[in-house]
Amino acid sequence: MTTTATTTATTTGWTRICRLDALVPDRGAAALVDGHQVAVFRLGGSGDVHAVDHHDPFSGANVMARGLVGSRGGVPTVASPMHKQTFDLATGHCLDDASVALRSWPVRVVDGWVEIGSGTA
Amino acid sequence: MTIDQHASRGAKQKLAVVGAGMVAHRLVEALVERGADRTWDIEVFGDETRPPYDRVALTSFFSDRDPEDLLLGDGSLWRRPGVRLYRGSVVSRIDREAKQLHARGTTFDYDRLVLATGSYATVPPVDGADLPGCFVYRTVDDVAELRQWVLDREAALGRKVRGAVVGGGLLGLEAAGALTALGADTTVVEFAEWLMPLQVDRAGGGALRRIIEQLGVSVRTSTATSRLKAGRDGKVARMQFADGERIAADVVVFATGVRPRDELARSSGLEVGERGGVVADPGCLTSDDSIFAIGEVAQIAGRVWGLVGPGYTMAEVVADRLLGGTATFDGADLSTKLKLLGVDVASFGDAFAATSGSLEVVYADPTAGVYKKLVMSDDAQTLLGGMLVGDAGAYTNLRPMVGRALGSDPTGWLLPEGTEAPGAGAALPDDVTVCSCNNVTAGQVRCAVTEQGCTDLAGVKACTKAGTSCGSCVSLVKKLVDVQLAEAGIEVSNALCEHFAVTRAQLFDIVRVSEISTFSELVAQHGTGQGCDICRPVAASILSTLRHGHVLDGENAALQDTNDHVMANLQKDGTYSVVPRIPGGEVTPEGLVAIGQVAVEYGLYTKITGGQRIDLFGARIEQLPAIWKRLVDAGFESGQAYGKSLRTVKSCVGQSWCRYGVQDSTTLAIDLELRYRGLRSPHKIKLGVSGCARECAEARGKDVGVIATDRGWNMYVGGNGGFTPRHAQLFAEDLTTDELVRAIDRFLMYYVRTADRLQRTAPWLESVEGGIDAVRAVVLDDSLGIGADLDAAMASHVDDYEDEWAATLADEQKLQRFASFVNAPDTPDPDLAYVEERGQRRPADEAERAVLIAGASIPVRTTTEVTA
Ligand code: SRM
Ligand SMILES: Cc1cc2nc3c(=O)[nH]c(=O)nc-3n(C[C@H](O)[C@H](O)[C@H](O)COP(=O)(O)OP(=O)(O)OC[C@H]3O[C@@H](n4cnc5c(N)ncnc54)[C@H](O)[C@@H]3O)c2cc1C
Ligand code: SF4
Ligand code: FES
Repeated sequence: MTTTATTTATTTGWTRICRLDALVPDRGAAALVDGHQVAVFRLGGSGDVHAVDHHDPFSGANVMARGLVGSRGGVPTVASPMHKQTFDLATGHCLDDASVALRSWPVRVVDGWVEIGSGTA
Repeated sequence: MTIDQHASRGAKQKLAVVGAGMVAHRLVEALVERGADRTWDIEVFGDETRPPYDRVALTSFFSDRDPEDLLLGDGSLWRRPGVRLYRGSVVSRIDREAKQLHARGTTFDYDRLVLATGSYATVPPVDGADLPGCFVYRTVDDVAELRQWVLDREAALGRKVRGAVVGGGLLGLEAAGALTALGADTTVVEFAEWLMPLQVDRAGGGALRRIIEQLGVSVRTSTATSRLKAGRDGKVARMQFADGERIAADVVVFATGVRPRDELARSSGLEVGERGGVVADPGCLTSDDSIFAIGEVAQIAGRVWGLVGPGYTMAEVVADRLLGGTATFDGADLSTKLKLLGVDVASFGDAFAATSGSLEVVYADPTAGVYKKLVMSDDAQTLLGGMLVGDAGAYTNLRPMVGRALGSDPTGWLLPEGTEAPGAGAALPDDVTVCSCNNVTAGQVRCAVTEQGCTDLAGVKACTKAGTSCGSCVSLVKKLVDVQLAEAGIEVSNALCEHFAVTRAQLFDIVRVSEISTFSELVAQHGTGQGCDICRPVAASILSTLRHGHVLDGENAALQDTNDHVMANLQKDGTYSVVPRIPGGEVTPEGLVAIGQVAVEYGLYTKITGGQRIDLFGARIEQLPAIWKRLVDAGFESGQAYGKSLRTVKSCVGQSWCRYGVQDSTTLAIDLELRYRGLRSPHKIKLGVSGCARECAEARGKDVGVIATDRGWNMYVGGNGGFTPRHAQLFAEDLTTDELVRAIDRFLMYYVRTADRLQRTAPWLESVEGGIDAVRAVVLDDSLGIGADLDAAMASHVDDYEDEWAATLADEQKLQRFASFVNAPDTPDPDLAYVEERGQRRPADEAERAVLIAGASIPVRTTTEVTA
């Protein structure tokens, strides 16, 4: 099911996870994508959809989708619900500790369906 | 062995401190702060049974009751290596030749000795002064016995107790206040022509008398007590005056003055002053160069200094000298400001206009009960002193100005609105003492901000000690700190977060007076950006208090922390805990069985919490609705263990079973828990109700504590466990249940409205201007006129309460929030791993996980197996 043979950073497959309106604005949802746990967020203000790891690198628990969404200096963010470290939703970078980042997943909306790009190298 | 031999061997020298009062405490504290406990072994001998306590605040014993609250410091001083406190130990003799003192039936060597034995209260040579029912007013034991006596006599006599206080000075009026507070009819008897003759003049004394009489205390001046007579039971019953008149008296307090406790010094041949007091030089050294004298027992510069401030200065001098310094005591400011029976009295500087040519500026308003006088130099430019009776608001600003030009028209300071001197705080020169108790100058306060990095009043108090004794200088210190912070460009931001420039209390008011009911309106009109994990939950809490509604309704859902969002508490592995409400800790056996069955079925780790209820741990997000369905069907509701809201009302079993209970504490606890459940607040709120003074519910550790009395309920507020534990303080006494509930309603609502984010009631009370007294005025006397408003807000909370979990289970849309994965709603998080411990499961730690995940066939394992 994984397409590990890809050598570029482009995605080779898209996984449909849910209808866009199943995502509550400014609230995350977890999704299983090729055995990975991904946290998907639909922002209330811009309407953008972002996807990052559901795994919280600080606590080791799979909880990122349950964090609070917000902004820091204009950048859309999510804060870990465990110990509140804040991450840039667009890039996955941790804004409190530059050495840590969540993987950022490609995401698109097709015909009202949310799809996550999987199989990136 | 000589001191030098000790020193050369690197051994520590021995310091003996005789007397464990306020000044002794300061001495040891100062020594330890300067590291002197590395070179000195310090032994302190006190004949009282308690460690040093705040004698100045003795009268607060009648409102706080707990003598523990009066102790100085947190006790750690006495646990340090090299410091020993011998309590209940009288020093009976000092052998100066042998350098030994006698106490506890044995002898102790010393290299240096400090006498800090304070004073004793004098009793005039009046016949019958030793009858049962006659007291002095000096120690905690004195006031404890006095209190017990009044309560016992009241019960025995079946009527109000009649009390007489001999002495109308500072202490006498404090004692009169205490007797009045205990419900006694009180008469103050003063030998001089007016009250407080040492602090105020005749006109001031007259003003004071009028105010005090209005409070129901009788005053007799120019009156000498000639004898006390017992009743048939041998207890004091009557007081006779020199003019032949008599009054009834069931209790008598002598407050006729103090005398230095210099008997040890006399018996060991030290030089003692004619009118008492151990003679010492400005270095506090007595006629024996190994012995210092400090505090009220010392006579320096020809006089004894009967206030704690000068005593503290002497303690600092001796600490410095013991470390080789040359500090001296050069006299002290004897200004006083007191609140006696709720009446302000202050006198400072040359209050009696003894300076030749001085001018007096007087303002008197007999109807308002105010008398104020300033003493000015002959050119009316320089302030020499003054006295203030009835309204001493100007004291804090005026006292530091003694010896300086007042600048503006001095009368301006005396008018009712003249309490705020133009630019007082900012203009004060650096060398002016602002805190006379602790001898802290304006410069030191400023320096605490500019050089020691203090950024608020609390920090400056901790760093300089300013304002930590009598408290009368706090407003001035705060002003200095504020000005300094502003000047240093240190912006003390009260902003909630980067999205809102206002405080939580201000945001609350914004929502209260507006129509705003969603976060997006709020942030669009009053903030910036998209919010964050700080302002979103705050907004959720405020909207919940003011607009009610379910946590998951509409936009609210996006504001909740995960705990509130799924109405459970997040655990370290990403699962949740489930806490059903068990009001007052009372649960039926059937209820227990139902909880047990749910726990068994879902394999939840089960624990009795510190809040008298049961926590079920390890529920996965997708299991929460099913678990709660079972609990709701069994009659339980959300315990809101996750919310910043009411947690538990802890109870004891009380009157219904306990042989000591005087009220039904369990019923009250349940009623209170049901009343306040679901109330969202700045931080969690906990209550406790005990059925008698034994306090088995630990109510004084709670935000609101209720303790039953024979006559009703005593209400305490501001208790806290956590990182900074606090005992709750007495707020109101002997309330009926209705009065109590109304007081708690208002107290909680006022807190909910005005506290900061994550500020429990204890720090909130400290931050409110005017402290607990101001809050008491709002709650009990409706000083802000918002009582009805607070009542209505609480009533609407009670009416609109619904169980969040029951409401969620009835709403299909809300239930969709509990999917583990949006594309696999019932699939458990595959990474969860557990081990068994004491018959239950807990999350596996890292090492255990490695084993568990490596061998998928290995099922649940015990810890011992894994680590072995
Ligand atoms: C479960 C329990 C421990 C136990 O196993 O007994 C507990 C567990 C937690 N406490 Fe507690 N506290 C528990 C009783 C207490 C008590 C004792 C009491 O209530 O009598 C105290 C001291 C009393 C007090 O609050 O003044 C207490 C003082 C704290 C504090 C410090 C609060 C403070 O003012 O400093 C925190 C931290 C906080 O809230 O910021 C805290 C926070 C927590 C949190 C919420 C930490 C967290 O965010 O995960 C824990 C939630 C675990 C969970 O899933 O339920 N817990 N906690 C107790 C639940 C009582 C209940 O039935 O609701
Ligand atoms: C009700 C009241 C209100 C007051 N209000 C104020 C105020 O508002 N402002 C102010 O500045 N001052 C006030 N004072 C005065 C202030 O309390 C004293 O100035 C201060 O306590 C003096 O401290 P000290 O250490 O010298 O003496 P103390 O605090 O009296 O301590 C001396 C200790 O030594 C013990 N002792 C004595 N002899 C021996 C011995 N032989 N062996 C062992 N132990 C011994 C005593 O029992 C006592 O515990 C007030 C006093 C009282 C009683
Ligand atoms: S004391 Fe600390 S670890 Fe224990 S339950 Fe409370 S918050 Fe958790
Ligand atoms: S003047 Fe008493 S505490 Fe500052």
